[in-house]
Amino acid sequence: MKKTIPFLAVEGQSSGYYSLLALLGAFILASLGAFYYMEHHGHYVTGMSNQIVWGIPHVFAVFLIVAASGALNVASISSAFNKKAYKPLARLSGLLALALLAGGLMILVLDLGRPERLVIAMTYYNLKSIFAWNMLLYNGFFAIVIVYIWTMMQRNLGQYTRIAGTAAFIWRLALTTGTGSIFGFIVAREGYDAAIMAPMFIIMSFSFGLAIFLLVLMASYNWTERPLGDAIFNRLRNLLGIFVAAVLFFVLTYHLTNLYAAQHHGFEAFILLNGGIYTQLFWIGQVIIGGIIPLVIFFTPALAKSRGLVGLGALMVIVGGLAQVYGIIVGGQAFPMEIFPGKEVIESTFADGVVASYVPTLAETLLGLGGIAVALFLVAFCVKIMEFLPASLADKDADPHYKAS
Amino acid sequence: MSQPVNTNESTTDLYRRNFLGKTAAAAGLVLAPGMILTEVAHAKPAGEAVSDKNRWGMLINTDKCGSGCNECVTACQTENGWGGADNSEQHSSASQKAVWIRKVKLKDKQTGHVQSLPLMCQHCENPPCVDVCPTGASMKREDGIVLVDKHICIGCRYCMMACPYKARSFIHEAIKEQKVHAPRGKGTVESCTMCVHRIDEDGTPACVEACNSKGHQAMYFGDLKDSNSAISIELAKNGGQQLRADLALNTGVRYQGL
Repeated sequence: MKKTIPFLAVEGQSSGYYSLLALLGAFILASLGAFYYMEHHGHYVTGMSNQIVWGIPHVFAVFLIVAASGALNVASISSAFNKKAYKPLARLSGLLALALLAGGLMILVLDLGRPERLVIAMTYYNLKSIFAWNMLLYNGFFAIVIVYIWTMMQRNLGQYTRIAGTAAFIWRLALTTGTGSIFGFIVAREGYDAAIMAPMFIIMSFSFGLAIFLLVLMASYNWTERPLGDAIFNRLRNLLGIFVAAVLFFVLTYHLTNLYAAQHHGFEAFILLNGGIYTQLFWIGQVIIGGIIPLVIFFTPALAKSRGLVGLGALMVIVGGLAQVYGIIVGGQAFPMEIFPGKEVIESTFADGVVASYVPTLAETLLGLGGIAVALFLVAFCVKIMEFLPASLADKDADPHYKAS
Repeated sequence: MSQPVNTNESTTDLYRRNFLGKTAAAAGLVLAPGMILTEVAHAKPAGEAVSDKNRWGMLINTDKCGSGCNECVTACQTENGWGGADNSEQHSSASQKAVWIRKVKLKDKQTGHVQSLPLMCQHCENPPCVDVCPTGASMKREDGIVLVDKHICIGCRYCMMACPYKARSFIHEAIKEQKVHAPRGKGTVESCTMCVHRIDEDGTPACVEACNSKGHQAMYFGDLKDSNSAISIELAKNGGQQLRADLALNTGVRYQGL
């Protein structure tokens, strides 16, 4: 008979655990302070302007929201696609998804010009607005994933796990489609207005979410001194490698499509050749740090053996992901809008025809980092009060048939 | 046996009917004055509510628009209380200050022909800003004027992302010295209102008035649905281009000579 791996809450008595909570708590407090400062004075204390209307807070928020749906993938593979090896990881996967979404939404809400009016957005929906769809999608995601985790944790509800997991999987695809469409449906700006945004965001979510999941898993098993065997670890590493490659494929397709159309040549030159910081973020941040180096690490057997290097690779995927989202959000706005095709703007009092500059201030950066801290704090807190983590993921427990190659 | 029961039922019905009748009458008495008041309050001086019988628009002749002339911008600032004339956005950087209307100078890439024109909200028939607004704060009136309801704007700035003309501004700080007819609020978005307060009193937008009084006559204002209006006659005769016509937004502001 197949034995099941018991789940155990982490003890959470060590000074290390409390230091972690204190560190994350400090970041959360700092972000709340930043929020108060921004709301009290107004957004003039940020680097955002009427040219760059969404800045670093939105980069962090969109990254976290995208990663949230991706973090749920491990659970989806186990429940919707019935892969038993991933089953012990499903609870953590669901928890991380909820936590990342909560962190991302916190940033978005606290950056609003009038956050106290959130109730309007929660009670009135302009159904033609993709933001309004997203509000329904986010709330639905919380509800479905909570039910899903419940079916996994309550012994007699196990029979519903597959249905709930499948529902959560379908919902998360809709959610990321919605997030990508925030940009994909904007006809006004050169860098957006592309249907490929939605599927590209889905594949980005697979990659970013799994990278965060892998790091959280490594950290929690390391710090609690629980065994994490190669059977599980190598599967996740290889899967992440495939997702990283898939993101690069979508990015390539997006730019090749743009390069074919003369009207997009200006924007492509801006991102790929002469856009300064945006070009650097693309090539160095997104492609090299976020794509090529992790791929080399994950798929070179000698390097892939090192847990430290694989962890570094996952971290690089996250850094590259942030660079990618920054390029999409800020780069997409910095490139001047083509209001007068065939004309050159020689004078304007509102920066028409010139690249907009954006320098984030400390306040808005702290608000963004606070979202990450909220997500990690929630995970660290919940794994202590409830049974999210399997007691062991050693090869003999996770996959008795695993043979080291 | 059944007779008394029936009597009882009909008595109850009668009572219920009376009760409902009286309640409705009382409700009517309470509501009626309010309704009449509302009607009076919403009526335009011309005696007509806003309807889709009109579509207000502007036509700008770039050949007549004076290079270096800034009259339309100054007039808008004075009328609506933003920018130079009012000092209330003193903390905001240049790119954070509100701009409702701006002058742009263009050079044709092929011919080198230089033109100057004012650019503001184009009051689209299919406005992307209205589509994307989650709360419905960004809205279009029946008569085609696109506005922001500052009471329900949550300051998400999605409309600013979606506007193809960069016509909208976000208020980055608390505003003092506001005009009664043009409320502005920290944390909300605003843009050209086509001087809706003037139009509702059968007036002309401040920019158009200023341009004409300066003698440039580069701006027309009027009802695009009235074939006898000056703007419609001029459009029929000499045509007028939309900015980003490829987006099929059917803008209410048109340009000649582009």
